Amino acid sequence: MARFNVLKHELVPEHQIVDAKEEEMILRDLNITKELLPKINRNDPSIKALEDIHGPIKSGTIIRIVRKSKTAGVSVYYRVVESGVFK
Amino acid sequence: MTTGISKRIQRIQFALLSPDEIRKMSQVRVITADTYNDDGYPIERGLMDLHMGVIEPGLKCATCGGRVDECPGHFGSIELAMPVVHVGFIKEIKMFLDASCRACGRIKLTDEQIEQFKKRLSQMDFSSQDPEVIGLMTKRITDEASARMVCPHCGVQQSKIYLDKPTTFREEQIKVTPKEIRERLEKIPEDDLIFFGMNKSVARPEWMVLTVLPVPPINVRPSITLDTGERSEDDLTHKLVDIIRISQRLRESRDNGSPQLIIEDLWDLLQFHVTTYFDNQTAGIPPARHRSGRALKTLVQRLKGKDGRFRSNLSGKRVNFSARTVISPEPFLSINEVGVPEKAARELTVPVSVTPFNLDFVRGLVAKGPAPRDDSDHYTAGVNYIIRPDGRRIKITDQNSEENSKKVEPGWIVERQLSEGDIVLFNRQPSLHRMSMMAHTVRILGGQTFRFNLAVCTPYNADFDGDEMNLHVIQKEEARAEARIIMKVKEQIMSPRFGGPIIGGIHDHVTAMFLLTHNNPLFTENQTLHILSYIDLERHPIPEIVNGAKMFRGRDIFSSILPRGLNMQFRSKLCKGAKNGVCEYENDPKDTNVTIADGNLETGTVDEEAIGPFSGQIIDKIFRKFGSEEASRFVDRMTRLSVGLISLYGFSTGIRDYDIPENAVKRIEEISVEAVEKIDRLIENYREGLLESLPGRSIEETLEIQILGITGEVRDESGKIASSFLGLNIPAVIMARSGARAKMLNISEVAGMVGQQSVRGGRINRGYYKRTLPHFRLDDIGAPARGFVKSSYKSGLNPVEYFFHSIGGREGLVDIAVRTSRSGYMQRRLINAFEDLKVDETHRVRDTTGSIIQFTYGEDGVDPTRSDRGDTVDVNYLMIDLGKEGKK
Repeated sequence: MARFNVLKHELVPEHQIVDAKEEEMILRDLNITKELLPKINRNDPSIKALEDIHGPIKSGTIIRIVRKSKTAGVSVYYRVVESGVFK
Repeated sequence: MTTGISKRIQRIQFALLSPDEIRKMSQVRVITADTYNDDGYPIERGLMDLHMGVIEPGLKCATCGGRVDECPGHFGSIELAMPVVHVGFIKEIKMFLDASCRACGRIKLTDEQIEQFKKRLSQMDFSSQDPEVIGLMTKRITDEASARMVCPHCGVQQSKIYLDKPTTFREEQIKVTPKEIRERLEKIPEDDLIFFGMNKSVARPEWMVLTVLPVPPINVRPSITLDTGERSEDDLTHKLVDIIRISQRLRESRDNGSPQLIIEDLWDLLQFHVTTYFDNQTAGIPPARHRSGRALKTLVQRLKGKDGRFRSNLSGKRVNFSARTVISPEPFLSINEVGVPEKAARELTVPVSVTPFNLDFVRGLVAKGPAPRDDSDHYTAGVNYIIRPDGRRIKITDQNSEENSKKVEPGWIVERQLSEGDIVLFNRQPSLHRMSMMAHTVRILGGQTFRFNLAVCTPYNADFDGDEMNLHVIQKEEARAEARIIMKVKEQIMSPRFGGPIIGGIHDHVTAMFLLTHNNPLFTENQTLHILSYIDLERHPIPEIVNGAKMFRGRDIFSSILPRGLNMQFRSKLCKGAKNGVCEYENDPKDTNVTIADGNLETGTVDEEAIGPFSGQIIDKIFRKFGSEEASRFVDRMTRLSVGLISLYGFSTGIRDYDIPENAVKRIEEISVEAVEKIDRLIENYREGLLESLPGRSIEETLEIQILGITGEVRDESGKIASSFLGLNIPAVIMARSGARAKMLNISEVAGMVGQQSVRGGRINRGYYKRTLPHFRLDDIGAPARGFVKSSYKSGLNPVEYFFHSIGGREGLVDIAVRTSRSGYMQRRLINAFEDLKVDETHRVRDTTGSIIQFTYGEDGVDPTRSDRGDTVDVNYLMIDLGKEGKK
């Protein structure tokens, strides 16, 4: 049975893979190193769903999450894909 | 900010102190069980030997030469006559003895097993692996080794070792002495230690059996000199005295060949003393006691529990310059003020740095002494201490104040007593939100209590049934400035919890404003003057001439405290339920809405919706349009005005408020009888199986739901009947309708019917077998048998009803108790998780390592205190306000 694409669920915000070129720009804009970004487990359902579409995602890839908000319209969030368990 | 983590604990290593190490760090071998000689001088090689540090001023440390504050203290050591086991390692010793061979000392595993486990262990990275995983691994290994009864290395038959708690080991009914234990542990080869979870480079198992005991530095166990000149030693010193004494006796007995029995007794005694020295609450042995019978506080007791070092000293600190007392109300204070009793003000001080500019003033202050009064015998601030530049404190007394005032020079610090206008922090526990601690300015008052304006009860969640609160005097200029700018009560009017005012009028304030504005009553000139005398008047209300007399309208009086330029319109609480814009409680349909134009109340009734905490429309809009100062001024004047009005009017409630006509009582009785009959019919239907179940419910559930529906209906119906006879001229109704206190429901409970009692949302269904009380038949599920109360509070409940009512009431109490403790713990965990998050210059939320938590604060950058109940703007209000502004 085909897995349900969690990204299609109305409560799951939009997840996008950020490409290498853009990644550099984002980090420069934020004036920050990658380690300081929030993380997302590579086993997270949303990452798996992205992998179903785009093929394997490497650790260290930045994911852009676009959330809809009553007050802010949209709010953009970034996470770094990380393997291993959270402590 | 591109660098990563500034500091992080890389690893923690646990090791054992070896006897050699203990001897090496020891500055003196303590051999005498005494402390001081007759002259009060420390005995050499005694427990207070100067090599272990100094606690008396004037003496110098024999090790480092430092004086009291310079010498960090040094360890000594005691050589024990015979080895004893360390209670803290009993479990580990047992594990070592169990899993190793009694003859050859090897771990009781075959060579293959050793290889296998070695491989498993080598795959683990000890520096990053979760210690719990390593612990589980060693547990598995040692369990396997312990189960084997023949040593695979030397073939010796093993026997089980028993631990007689707390410190005695037994093998085949024979005691294994600590000496033998030590010898066995010594035999365990270094390379086997890894299987026990021990790091061979920092520890050896036999070090868990003590041969030499470290003596802690003297400043760890200082002796106290009592007022009588008598010396009193620390509990640890007492314990060490015992250890040395017994060790000495044991050594003598052993050396002069005393009987084995005596030696063993002494050995056990030594073991007891060493054990209680570490932990005086070891299970299985009586705690060592002081001469007075008090149990000694030894090493473990110093750290453990609520009064231990961690919870008492490290997590919880005591603070100076603070006061605590009972609180009481004072309506004549501003919400920004706090009344401080004189007694407290004399003790609390503010440090004043002396400069050439304030020198004369400060000298004058010091000269007044510690308890000055002004010409009219009122409190005025004095000075308790002056601090010289070298840090020495001089206490100011009436005798030395003159003299000391002359000594004060620039650079000194003078601790001035609290005076009017000082800024202090005021707090009530539990401090659940930031409004639990706010800054107030001081007013010195008589009496014994802290006092404040009633409008501030809500943020502190305080009442006056014996509540106490804490007050802290700020000691630094920067903190004072911060408190003034961000912590003042007026700055905290808006709650970040819901983006509205948390400060507002309560109880009588709401009642009074209601009486003042409902139906716009007329007041005579005298009455008006009385009311207005409570506030400082800026805008005079314009009188009306009625029957030749000067009269004033209530709404005009209220308008005098509104700021000019305020425009708004909203529905009052009284008219919340109005249909089609017509409010049944107002004479004039226009009054359904409260309208304010250019600071004049034109229509409507001012009630909880307008001035109450949480709702407070007027407070909210004044704060937004005119700022915190104006908002706090409004609350101050509103509360004063309400006291003025209500003291004129006189307001009280009594049992008469709930009188309803005879026929109404009868009618209520009738509908309750009807309801009971209806329920009986329903039950009959159910018994005959005629009841159809609701979707997703069993028949029984359906019956219960329908019965609950009926009981709810009668209660509402009786409430309606009762309240139809209770008009807005009745004080209790005024309070309920205006939102001052209680709900209409409570009134109908008093006048009409109390109604169905419930436990966990259902009818009362507990007690005896198939019935709630022995007064009923088995399986009686009729209304009266399951907690339906048809009486009113006024008519009184019959005993059975009273009992059911108590059951329902108890549930409420239990709920509260459970909820507070649960939510308290949950909130504590949240706070601990979030405590060091910070919003940076770019509005990003980061933790202390600099990691990003949110890219914009709250993901929308909105300050909830400035938001309109979570929304960015209140469009309706802006339309009204801008419309009015435009017309001007």
